[in-house]
Amino acid sequence: MLAAEVTPPYYLTLAAALFTIGAVGLLVRRNTLVMFMCIELMLNAANLTFVTYAKALDDIGGQVIVFFTLVVAAAEVAVGLAIIVAIFRRRQNVTADDVDLLKG
Amino acid sequence: MEMTIFVAGAIAAVVGALGVVLARNPVHSALFLLLTMATMAVFFLLQDADLVAIIQIVVYASAIVVLFIFVITLLGVDQHEKLVEPHPVQRWLGIPLGLVLFGLVLAITRDDWVTGQQSVVGPLDTDRRSGNVRQLAEHLFTDYVWAFEMTAVLLVIAVVGGVVLARRSGHRAVPEPEAEP
Repeated sequence: MLAAEVTPPYYLTLAAALFTIGAVGLLVRRNTLVMFMCIELMLNAANLTFVTYAKALDDIGGQVIVFFTLVVAAAEVAVGLAIIVAIFRRRQNVTADDVDLLKG
Repeated sequence: MEMTIFVAGAIAAVVGALGVVLARNPVHSALFLLLTMATMAVFFLLQDADLVAIIQIVVYASAIVVLFIFVITLLGVDQHEKLVEPHPVQRWLGIPLGLVLFGLVLAITRDDWVTGQQSVVGPLDTDRRSGNVRQLAEHLFTDYVWAFEMTAVLLVIAVVGGVVLARRSGHRAVPEPEAEP
């Protein structure tokens, strides 16, 4: 049963599932830290798609793009967590609904 | 063999992703995220993306998850999350919308899953004559050198932004009603 070859659609389906779980988590959860992790999940799903197409189309470009995505994700986490820490210092809370006016 | 690894990894990745969303404690969410990141590195290795797999482990699984856990434990937000939903529609709308999104993503790739021109940037060296690291570096420092320089600018901006955010709220620990300038 498990003798068949792993083809790109398997990876693409898995990436779509992970992206969906991340998107639903972003909508459903209130804790900004967990919402942030859901964004990372979606970024990872996109990376998996890039690498899958790099392999399927025999193109190194997909892997180069993943490299840049990782850099952007690192910068995003640094700034995002700094914002979360700043919010927590003022409000003792990191629930997204408390900052829905986008002001301190 | 490859299929066995894929199925095991896929189960682990989906369990990790569901764990991130469903875990009550943010520390557990971060550890589930670590599981998904690690299995993602396995998938990258399976698809001849050696350097990307290592970067995935070093940057994502190590640095970013550790940063998350560090912030969670620093803030001590692992006990209370308000479960009162101010917008009750959002939770019940989120799941059907997610399923619609899943269907759409699958639908746009269903017909001829992989199409397009082969090897636009450069071919993948799968028989390891020069190696994945060297090959990726050659393209990174020739075709993508401008974008590579821009990532340096981006990282500097991110570091400055992080320092500014941390400093400004540092000497204002007591909440004040005044508006931010």
